[in-house]
Amino acid sequence: MSKDKFDYFIKGEKNKYEVIIGLEVHAQVSSNSKLFSGSATKFGAEPNSQVSLIDSAFPGMLPVINKECINQAIRTGLGLNAKINNNSVFDRKNYFYADLPQGYQISQYKNPIVGEGKVLLDMSYGSKEIGIERLHLEQDAGKSIHDMDPSNTYVDLNRSGIALMEIVSKPDLRSPEEVNAYIKKLRTIMRYLGTCDGNMQEGSLRADVNVSVRQVGDKKFGTRCEIKNVNSIKFMQMAIEYEANRQVKLLDEGKKIEQETRLFDTKKNETRSMRSKEDAHDYRYFPDPDLLPLKIEQKLIDDLKKTLPELPDNKKERFMKDYGLNSYEANVLVSEKEISNYYEEVAKLSDKKLAATWMMGDLFAMLNDKGLNISKSPISAKNFAELVQSIKSGEISGRIAKEVFELMVESGDNPKKIIESKGMKQQSDPKELEKIINEILTKNKDKVDQYKSGKEKLFGFFVGQVMKQSGGKANPQLTNDILKKLLKG
Amino acid sequence: MSEIIKKNLSELIDLIKKKEIKSEELANLYINKVNKSKKLNSYITTCFEHTIQKSKEFDKKPNLNSLLPGVPLAVKDLFCTNGFKTTAGSKMLENFIPQYESTVTENLWKEGAILLGKLNCDEYAMGSSNETSYFGNVINPIAKDTVPGGSSGGSASALAADLTPATIGTDTGGSIRQPASFTGTVGLKPTYGLCSRWGIVAFASSLDQAGPMTKSVKDCSIMLEAMAGFDKKDSTSIEKKKENYSKNLKTDIKGLKIGIPKEYRVENMPKEIDELWNKGKSILKDLGADIIDISLPHTKYALPTYYIVAPAEASSNLARYDGVKYGYRSSKGNDLIEMYENTRSEGFGDEVKRRILIGTYVLSSGYYDAYYLKAQKVRQLIKKDFDENFGKVDAILTPSTPSSAFKIGEKTNDPISMYLNDIFTVPVNLAGLPAISVPAGLDKKGYPLGLQLIGKTLDEQNILNVAYAFEKNCNFKNEIKNWWL
Repeated sequence: MSKDKFDYFIKGEKNKYEVIIGLEVHAQVSSNSKLFSGSATKFGAEPNSQVSLIDSAFPGMLPVINKECINQAIRTGLGLNAKINNNSVFDRKNYFYADLPQGYQISQYKNPIVGEGKVLLDMSYGSKEIGIERLHLEQDAGKSIHDMDPSNTYVDLNRSGIALMEIVSKPDLRSPEEVNAYIKKLRTIMRYLGTCDGNMQEGSLRADVNVSVRQVGDKKFGTRCEIKNVNSIKFMQMAIEYEANRQVKLLDEGKKIEQETRLFDTKKNETRSMRSKEDAHDYRYFPDPDLLPLKIEQKLIDDLKKTLPELPDNKKERFMKDYGLNSYEANVLVSEKEISNYYEEVAKLSDKKLAATWMMGDLFAMLNDKGLNISKSPISAKNFAELVQSIKSGEISGRIAKEVFELMVESGDNPKKIIESKGMKQQSDPKELEKIINEILTKNKDKVDQYKSGKEKLFGFFVGQVMKQSGGKANPQLTNDILKKLLKG
Repeated sequence: MSEIIKKNLSELIDLIKKKEIKSEELANLYINKVNKSKKLNSYITTCFEHTIQKSKEFDKKPNLNSLLPGVPLAVKDLFCTNGFKTTAGSKMLENFIPQYESTVTENLWKEGAILLGKLNCDEYAMGSSNETSYFGNVINPIAKDTVPGGSSGGSASALAADLTPATIGTDTGGSIRQPASFTGTVGLKPTYGLCSRWGIVAFASSLDQAGPMTKSVKDCSIMLEAMAGFDKKDSTSIEKKKENYSKNLKTDIKGLKIGIPKEYRVENMPKEIDELWNKGKSILKDLGADIIDISLPHTKYALPTYYIVAPAEASSNLARYDGVKYGYRSSKGNDLIEMYENTRSEGFGDEVKRRILIGTYVLSSGYYDAYYLKAQKVRQLIKKDFDENFGKVDAILTPSTPSSAFKIGEKTNDPISMYLNDIFTVPVNLAGLPAISVPAGLDKKGYPLGLQLIGKTLDEQNILNVAYAFEKNCNFKNEIKNWWL
């Protein structure tokens, strides 16, 4: 549903509230090995098969920074138009848990690798800038599995030590819809950069959601609650909706919001308290003495900048300028790097605007139906371009084109071959058409008389007959013209 | 008892090189004496089958060009040794057998040395008398009621008692130099980052450093040469070329400027220590060195600073011993938290628990700035004191310890008095500098005393040279009478 004015407010019994949201997104860094060890990072491997002595915290083991993870964080920072800090520090965050072998997580506390940046959202009511507070690198923990055995917990350390980027937004988001757009935009940027695959089912992207509410017009933020570890956009939206309404209800009843950490129960669709501020962990952060402060030379930042691909915001602008697309079309077509590549290939060989329409219509519907990624499309960009060109040149009608499209999906064949072999070419020879039309008019003399005496609705009947006779191949425009001419005579 | 094992490491190496003794013969001599010396309790683990097998292999195909050809060596039980128990002196790791080898010991084996066994130490290297070990206290061969110092007490005791020709320890606040001083041996703590920490059970990461413990300065230079070197597995390791400390060893120290810091003349210091210090000054002066009075004004803050920084790091480093993955696990407890609590209560000794508590406290929110952060700032000032003076002097001479070896049990109930024993050694760790303790004399009781030479960053060669010259002119003789045999 598109609207041209922002309208996400919550009406309580008494007052009208605005919702303030900030996100801490945990994005798994795409890299072959972990942040501080050489272990592999492949998803879905046999439990505890990608664990080194470092990941399992054996005595005397020491972390060594994986440079690729640093580069990935810098790339991401650049993609978020953020300041890259030449000096940053790795700290230890101390707490005990069975899937945290070291008894501490190596993270960045006071001095993160990336500072302030921004992300641009395209909302139906205009574009909106969301501030980025910081991005820091940290280790992921392992996984505790509580449901494999009634009395034991199993621990899988494959994930232990994998690099995460925690991207902290400013409290600039105001609705579940903006959160949706923000997460998708972050994901798009990181996928363009190749720094995070953004796969939420595999846990590569999760978020802690901070929610507070305040009366419309208030300048001061309300007390916030943090909803931990939400792993899908849908759940984030549901959790925000629930949490904001809960807070509004409390405030309208004259009660106070307690600052606390909450969990989202996906079965009951509600958030519930996990621990209050008083019970908050004291993580005893301090600089990790096993690691030197991280110094990043400006040259490295400059070099990485040069290798960055064209990012979605720039590409969108270019698509609008070069291909004459509107903002909506351009947005959709740059939303994934593969889609934009496919489109550009098609647009090079065919009508740009028509290509966009057909991609966003039939092609996307088909891919969606089959649950396929565009890179797995049964129709190649080259064949798709030929199809678009056949429509544009009038060789086939839009209706026939849909049939050709279906056959292309089934066979993977070239549209020319299909049109040829099935004789689907549009009937555009006026002489041939006139012959067909004359036959029809002769056969339906009574209807011709009725038409002539004023029953003009019958025109459609004649068109239908022509299409039926020609197997749908008659050129619709030409058919109209000839029919009109002959019916006059 | 054979006279051969009384010899220095360098002399034994000569004998092996001249083929006057075989590696296996030498190994058997040590094994024989170790077996008869259980009273000292300096070994936690022996691996004699391995020693004999390796020495036989060496004798079959001797590589005489290596630094430590076929030399049997025991090491502090803080170094992980592949396939051999590594306990860190703790119940927590009583049965822990690493499947990896520490970089430093690996370096020794590459130079031809052969593991003889693992030496007792204070639990997780926390202690100054080797009385906190789960495996019992170690006895100083000097006298049966004295401690050998700590935490590398097993190493010092074994070395002084001829149960290993040389050894290695670790030094976080004096754990090599203090026991060396107590046993009349030489101990060197290298510049932080010179020897890799990879595979050494961690106590306080920013202070821990492995180093040699030997019977002579020359031995010390050989051992340091063998164990030091850049290691990409340790992010704090210094990338530099290997040095030939033993080849470059010289006694000419003419014109060298030696600093005497006035702050090391502490209250209630025994007169003997002061006299020893003066003796050191005059020996070096006679050798042509300039003796210069200097001031290291922040020295008095070193001990409190150390006892914030080291426990803070330890409290985090020891979090991994939780009973989940390896090591001791209590059989009591109904859930994860109870299992943690019982495991750590039963697995750690009192001194380790004390330091974990102190460390946890100083890092806690609300106390961090007042303790940990302030300690880090003071640490910088202490380092600055040294940096400024190293513009004026080439090395600094101080006593190694404020007393000679004390009696077993004398300080166990008084942690502060125990901590005070490290007063001269701790500043060096905080500043990351190299320092060597050389035996300098005996006190009235006949117990040895050491002097400490502190050098500039990576200036190990220089302090080795000064110590070498000093040793040659000091005529120190350790009086160990093998009373336990």
